Amino acid sequence: MRRAYFKNNWIAALVVAPQLLIIFVFFYWPTSQALYWAFTLEPPFGGSNQWVGFENFQYILGDPIYWQSIWVSIVYAFGTTVLAMGFALILALFVDRQLRGYKTFRIGMIWPYAIAAPAVGLAFRYIFNPYAGVMSYVNQAFPGIWDPILNGNHAMLMIIFAGAWKQIAYNFIFFLAGLQSIPRSLTEAAAIDGSGVMRRMWDIQLPLLAPTFFFVLVINITDSFTDSFGIVDTMTAGGPARATNLMVYKIFTDGFEGLDYSGAAAQSIILMFLVIALTVFQFRYIERKIHYT
Amino acid sequence: MKTTFFSAAVASVTLLGATQAESKVKFEYWYGLGGYLGEVVAETCDRFNAAQDQYEIVCVGQEGYANAVQNTIAAFRANQHPTLVQAYDAGTADLMMSGEFYSVTQMMADFGIEIDWDDYFPGIANYYAASTGELYAMPFNSSTPMMYYNIDDFAAAGVEPPATWDAFGETLRALKAANPEKCAYGYSPSTWIDLEQFSMAHNIPVASNNNGYDGLDAEYLYNTTQHVTHMENLLSWFNEGLLEIRTSQGGLNARDSFAQNQCSIYFGSIASHQTVHNAAVDGLNWDVEMLPIYEGFERHNTVVGGAALWVLSGKTEEEYRGAAEYLQFLARPEEAIFWSTKTGYIPVNDTAYQAMLEVNFWAEPPFAGREKAIKSLTYTEPTELTRGIRLGGFIQARKEWVNEVQAAFAGDKSMQEALDTAVQRSNRILQQFARTYRGKELP
Repeated sequence: MRRAYFKNNWIAALVVAPQLLIIFVFFYWPTSQALYWAFTLEPPFGGSNQWVGFENFQYILGDPIYWQSIWVSIVYAFGTTVLAMGFALILALFVDRQLRGYKTFRIGMIWPYAIAAPAVGLAFRYIFNPYAGVMSYVNQAFPGIWDPILNGNHAMLMIIFAGAWKQIAYNFIFFLAGLQSIPRSLTEAAAIDGSGVMRRMWDIQLPLLAPTFFFVLVINITDSFTDSFGIVDTMTAGGPARATNLMVYKIFTDGFEGLDYSGAAAQSIILMFLVIALTVFQFRYIERKIHYT
Repeated sequence: MKTTFFSAAVASVTLLGATQAESKVKFEYWYGLGGYLGEVVAETCDRFNAAQDQYEIVCVGQEGYANAVQNTIAAFRANQHPTLVQAYDAGTADLMMSGEFYSVTQMMADFGIEIDWDDYFPGIANYYAASTGELYAMPFNSSTPMMYYNIDDFAAAGVEPPATWDAFGETLRALKAANPEKCAYGYSPSTWIDLEQFSMAHNIPVASNNNGYDGLDAEYLYNTTQHVTHMENLLSWFNEGLLEIRTSQGGLNARDSFAQNQCSIYFGSIASHQTVHNAAVDGLNWDVEMLPIYEGFERHNTVVGGAALWVLSGKTEEEYRGAAEYLQFLARPEEAIFWSTKTGYIPVNDTAYQAMLEVNFWAEPPFAGREKAIKSLTYTEPTELTRGIRLGGFIQARKEWVNEVQAAFAGDKSMQEALDTAVQRSNRILQQFARTYRGKELP
């Protein structure tokens, strides 16, 4: 059999070039810049860079506020991932069973993903406002039960809900596609053998869904570390008293409000390695338990 | 003085007229003020463009002081920055350390424009001056805080506006006794008023090294001064129900609560004077007074709040000449009057002040009372502690203070603990700032 290949390599290069250029401009170039700043002292207006080695990293890692920021980021990542994957899975199972109206739901479920994070943040800020929003009715019935403006735990819950709500749509698409690619004959055979809906789900659908599940897990965790800025900025601005000061948001405030470019650059390098490490960890230890069919 | 400005302008216009007649020189000006105040800034640009045909100033609003500075830095790094930028008081140290500016004193001297720098109120000029006294940026929109009070409520309670904080507590109790339903004092935590201006008026330090003027290795000291007592008093008034927290998140902020006749007292910038007038309910009878002082302290000057105009480096001589013309234009008494009439801001130099006195600017409402802000600013000659604040990363330090004071008001910790934590965290910001500019000195 003959192998198909491009005779003219420059055509291939030409086709790939725009993509490479985009990756270079929006990823490699800023990353290299951040890497350089992380090891120097970069004044906001530019000028004299001083090479300081790992000093910026030592400074950040010696800061209890930074560790607090890592901690709240982990809480946020865990919270949104569990909520978003759990709900998406339940909804996808329902739609896959073709319950009444599933076609409408299938389309409706995808919409939230198309909404920009700041818009999600603004909508939820209204919903969760203790004085004016939907939650003000709850506050009226039980005074003082909900106050994200002063209570850090409430504020964290609020951004987790908003972040998860947006992510559910994305997860839903993948779960539904995964469920639909499971051969009908398997579930039908199980049904003939007399197993009920729940048993079929536990023993057939979920194990076969594992690869999708793993992929969605990696994406969700990565996403919650890097893509939470819009929601935090519109809903809490990192407050109250730093309770929602996620790592990405801290990079923004230190860099742009504090004009500490080197510190912010060092933090983004740490964040980058953290996300890489998490992904590697997941591939090494979780993927092993997954069987691709 | 008026004639000096005018003749200098005429001289430079005729001088340039010969060479520049064919096309106008354009230069950019980025300003941070937004909303109504931003519109008035744009009007000053239009007036400048209409007043002469040598230069065209292109004014771009950045919707917020912080944005103006951040965007300028980003633009500067790409070499797309404006010639002029309006930068807020708290960003002064950041701009000074950048070194990427053209000192206005130097610029005016280079272009042969005579400006009597001693004419500027010291409480304003010192804020933007180097240790040598050289003014680096042109003071522009300037304000200082005042106590706003409801005359009728005070009369009903049989009290006068208190001159001391010691009497202030009694005043609050009298107001509450006379009208138990009404909020006596609408409060929202403000570093600018409760910490910075409070410390200036009492001649006590906010930070060591004379509030940072003498070197980058300053440390915050406000957890050891009268400021602590003051904040503890505010907290005890809050616990007594004499003081109510009024912030935007909770509905009406302190200023609007005052204007809507919900609270009898509020502290705010004189720049809000016009806004309060516009928002006041019918028949609201109110006035302003200088901040109270604690007994045992001598009243000192307060300092400016607001912003100054910085000229950035890396522009052509023609653009600088245009910027110089615009700054000179703004300094004219008639322009100062225009600016103060349209906004609540006060004139920045004595010439404009005298010109406004001559036309009895402050005789009638809505302007009556605003002259007290000038009295507050010029109450004494600035001492080493009342020149202003020269601390890096000050925006973040303000946030630390607000966060901690909120925690104290929420009952999470004592006021002393809160202020100790705020100082400790703010000192870290100062260390970080000093680190970024390692080996450099404040000018």
